[in-house]
Amino acid sequence: MRKRILGLAVAMTALMGVAHAQDKKVTVGVSIPAADHGWTAGVVFHAERMAKLLMSQHPGLKVIVKTSPDPATQANAVQDLVTQGINALVILPSDPDPLVNAIKEVKNKNIFVALVDRAPSNNDNSVRDLYVAGNNPALGATAGEYIKKNTPNAQVAVIRGLPIPIDQQRQDGFDKAISGSNVKVLAKQFGNWNRDDAFKVMQDYLTKFPKIDVVWCQDDDMAVGVLQAIDQAKRTDIQYVIAGAGSKEMVKKVMDGDKLVPVDVLYPPAMVATAMELTAANFYNQAPVRGSYILDATLVTKANAKDFYFPDSPF
Amino acid sequence: MTDLAADTRKVQKSWKDIDLRAVAPFVALALLLILGAIANPNFISIDNLLNVITRSAFIAIIAVGATFVISAGGLDLSVGSMVAFVASLTIMFMNSGVIADPATMLVVAMVLAIVIGAACGLANGLITTRGSIEPFIATLGTMGIYRGLTTWLSQGGAITLRSPDIHSLYRPAYFGAVLGIPVPIIIIVVTAAVGAFVLHKTRFGRHVLAVGSNEDVARYSGIPVERVRTMTYVIQGLCVAVACLLYVPRLGSTSATTGLMWELQAITAVVVGGTALRGGVGRIWGTICGAFVLEIVGNIMLLSNFVSEYLIGAIQGAIIIVAMLVQRSLVRKS
Repeated sequence: MRKRILGLAVAMTALMGVAHAQDKKVTVGVSIPAADHGWTAGVVFHAERMAKLLMSQHPGLKVIVKTSPDPATQANAVQDLVTQGINALVILPSDPDPLVNAIKEVKNKNIFVALVDRAPSNNDNSVRDLYVAGNNPALGATAGEYIKKNTPNAQVAVIRGLPIPIDQQRQDGFDKAISGSNVKVLAKQFGNWNRDDAFKVMQDYLTKFPKIDVVWCQDDDMAVGVLQAIDQAKRTDIQYVIAGAGSKEMVKKVMDGDKLVPVDVLYPPAMVATAMELTAANFYNQAPVRGSYILDATLVTKANAKDFYFPDSPF
Repeated sequence: MTDLAADTRKVQKSWKDIDLRAVAPFVALALLLILGAIANPNFISIDNLLNVITRSAFIAIIAVGATFVISAGGLDLSVGSMVAFVASLTIMFMNSGVIADPATMLVVAMVLAIVIGAACGLANGLITTRGSIEPFIATLGTMGIYRGLTTWLSQGGAITLRSPDIHSLYRPAYFGAVLGIPVPIIIIVVTAAVGAFVLHKTRFGRHVLAVGSNEDVARYSGIPVERVRTMTYVIQGLCVAVACLLYVPRLGSTSATTGLMWELQAITAVVVGGTALRGGVGRIWGTICGAFVLEIVGNIMLLSNFVSEYLIGAIQGAIIIVAMLVQRSLVRKS
């Protein structure tokens, strides 16, 4: 009896020892924009998913996720997080330049800062320890390369997003990829990353051009409108549509082998999860993570689609 | 009998008596059609014109309601958000699966959309009349509320119709045609005809115009001003609901950006159509014409080869102003 109690005590001490080693107390604050369109809704979803996952893996870890609708509110949210005593901040700034001072202040308090997706003009280690982002030029380039390789003489109709820098980077990447080839751009118009506007633009393209081989529409939301317009016009000349981002709707189509949507180009909102994972690794695994981590604009094909499919995500 | 006689006499009066103000929007439309035909021969093809008129249905139908609100001296900025809100609730109801039979489900969902639309309009009306809040501010508030609720319902993402049965059953409501005329065009004409009848041939319509031209005189004449105003917002809500009934079958989904800025397009259509923003004058068919003008301007821009994609907004703005100037000069000549 005594022996057993002693044994139990030893076992318990041992267990507690293990628990203690794992129980390193770390608090990570995550500040992201509020869900105001598909992509940011995906960011919120993945931040919350990863927060749960990390907290179950590391019992001592506390992850606080805060969403803010605009830069001013986000600056306040960051201050609130610092007051709660965070060891690390993962931030996807709604607009990086107005927030750069708020972020620097955090960094100066020796808090680990991971910056996601949107970089201020001076994106160096005075602002952040880790930078995780997608690759906008590559998003255009991947689409361009695919078209060049699979339909070398294609006539391509292009639907752009909004006239802002990200859109220009994507367009430049695309233009560079197809330059010197026989791929011809029929027209470029803005679809405002909006389903209804993309539907209209596509209807007009179909009227204007008797033959379109490929549509590059940059974004999965716009692809919804494009596909509907093609379907309505009953046109069979369009071989395929390339969009981008990695929404569940489009990834599902790729997975199911939809002829019009053979591939999608990744610009995943899940990148916030990458930043959170790396931040946790910095504290628990002693793996060096400081630096820039640029995600490839991976081509989602039927073979790998299931890796990027999140049926529960709103995006 | 005497009425009939009076009517024929009116017709017999020479064409000089035609109200040029009412004709002006149609002249602007005709000029645009010519411009479009020059820009691209495909423009004047039946397919293209049907496409353009079909997709102007949302703005045209909403603008019929806006004509009532504006001619009664009010304003409704919430219509774009209301489209998103009503359409989202309708899709969510269809997804809920409370009724198994797709056809019954569809009918009930459509009725529900109408009821929600009317309720949203009633809310706008009561806030402005009972609450005595400037319509600009009141509907700016509800604009935020409807948009915010939609974003919340969709968690920022999209709300998509899940049942393929209902979608395929419902799809013809936007993409179908009767005797070669797309369904949305028929709905535009019916909505406008009903609207024009109510505005010009009924007592309620005359009350609307009276309230809009002079509220005090209307009140002293015994017109229930508050009730008339509130009713115009309910009509606006009903029109939004009808637009939603056409919107849902098109893409089968809504998102937080559905109907963004549609309120401004609807108001522009009303004004281009010859209705005065200060109230007292309402022209339903002019409004419809205004909605066509807006959509056609965008269409011409896309079909033409000489406009840079960066300049489209500027040219659109310029064309609308020129169209208005043409109208004004016509009216002055009379």
